[in-house]
Amino acid sequence: MVVFKKPQSLSPVPTHYCPGCTHGIVHRLVAEAIDALGIEGQTIGVAPVGCSVFAYNYFECDMIQAAHGRAPAVATGVKRTNPDKIVFTYQGDGDLAAIGTAETVHATTRGENITIIFINNAIYGMTGGQMAPTTLPGQVTTTSPYGRNPMIQGNPIRVCEMLSTLDGLAFAQRVAVDTPAHVNQAKKAIQKAFQNQIDKKGLSIVEVLSTCPTNWGMSPTEALKWLRENMMPYYPLGVYKDIDAKEENK
Amino acid sequence: MNKVTFNTDLCKGCGLCVEACPKKIITLAADVLNKKGYHPACITDAEKCIACAMCATMCPDVVITVEKNV
Ligand SMILES: Cc1ncc(C[n+]2csc(CCOP(=O)(O)OP(=O)(O)O)c2C)c(N)n1
Ligand code: SF4
Ligand code: SF4
Ligand code: SF4
Repeated sequence: MVVFKKPQSLSPVPTHYCPGCTHGIVHRLVAEAIDALGIEGQTIGVAPVGCSVFAYNYFECDMIQAAHGRAPAVATGVKRTNPDKIVFTYQGDGDLAAIGTAETVHATTRGENITIIFINNAIYGMTGGQMAPTTLPGQVTTTSPYGRNPMIQGNPIRVCEMLSTLDGLAFAQRVAVDTPAHVNQAKKAIQKAFQNQIDKKGLSIVEVLSTCPTNWGMSPTEALKWLRENMMPYYPLGVYKDIDAKEENK
Repeated sequence: MNKVTFNTDLCKGCGLCVEACPKKIITLAADVLNKKGYHPACITDAEKCIACAMCATMCPDVVITVEKNV
């Protein structure tokens, strides 16, 4: 009996990602959710600018590639004109929380019925390791060579916490992909974020604490350990909003 | 017997499966290079595999297929 194989919605091609980059794991989890819900033929994905700019090569569903940070705006247009389709964005932290902050915040507060998969790897990967809004205090990047100093470069943004104050948000969960148990938890969260859209609940976001071994300057296994020891205390895992839970409490 | 298969050409030798395996039966083949120029992952002691799929769960490149003997 096959207990694990490549999901159908994932294209059978090699990816351009660096060895051990967790973008690959999250791609697979998205494809597994699409398979599990049987929505491959109805799904439209929006790829960002960033290392995952080529995500359209890796999913078997239809894909669009948006200008930097504009994925939630593009997804809004796609969803409003095709309300029967399932629309998701896949975005890094530079894309979603720097140049695309306005699109992220406003799509959320409007309660667009879309799904956002947010990769928080605390750095700009594609462009060679510059500081991101999510870079940790003290973290060395090419644009914070002495470590990020909040007095100079400002404080990081906790995206799930920030968005959870907005009424249009249906669901926000922060997960990580550093261990098999956490990957399985992330899989459930991503599937829920898609199910919410099928159930017309509003905007769902899953923030995935991820690694960039190349620009962090670590081996892939060291990077997972660094994520656990440094990112998790600053970005606690958990559900930040779930409108279902609220209904239950009433 | 449980069976773990590697699509070796796709492997980037990242070692995440090596670390994830609770039975410690995966290694990067030091004397083999795949098409991409990486030392690919392989099984050292297939008999010990419990088909838990933890290796496949951590693989970013979907190299691994796991079959359980039932
Ligand atoms: C309008 C515009 N500004 C800047 C850039 C340069 N740029 C490309 S990717 C990127 C940031 C990518 O970082 P992130 O979104 O965190 O994704 P990652 O590569 O880490 O997955 C930037 C600033 C661009 N392509 N277009
Ligand atoms: S640069 Fe970083 S985020 Fe981009 S593919 Fe490489 S490891 Fe992944
Ligand atoms: S299925 Fe489990 S025991 Fe078998 S090789 Fe993979 S991680 Fe190891
Ligand atoms: S996790 Fe995947 S890519 Fe990395 S060494 Fe193992 S099989 Fe190869």
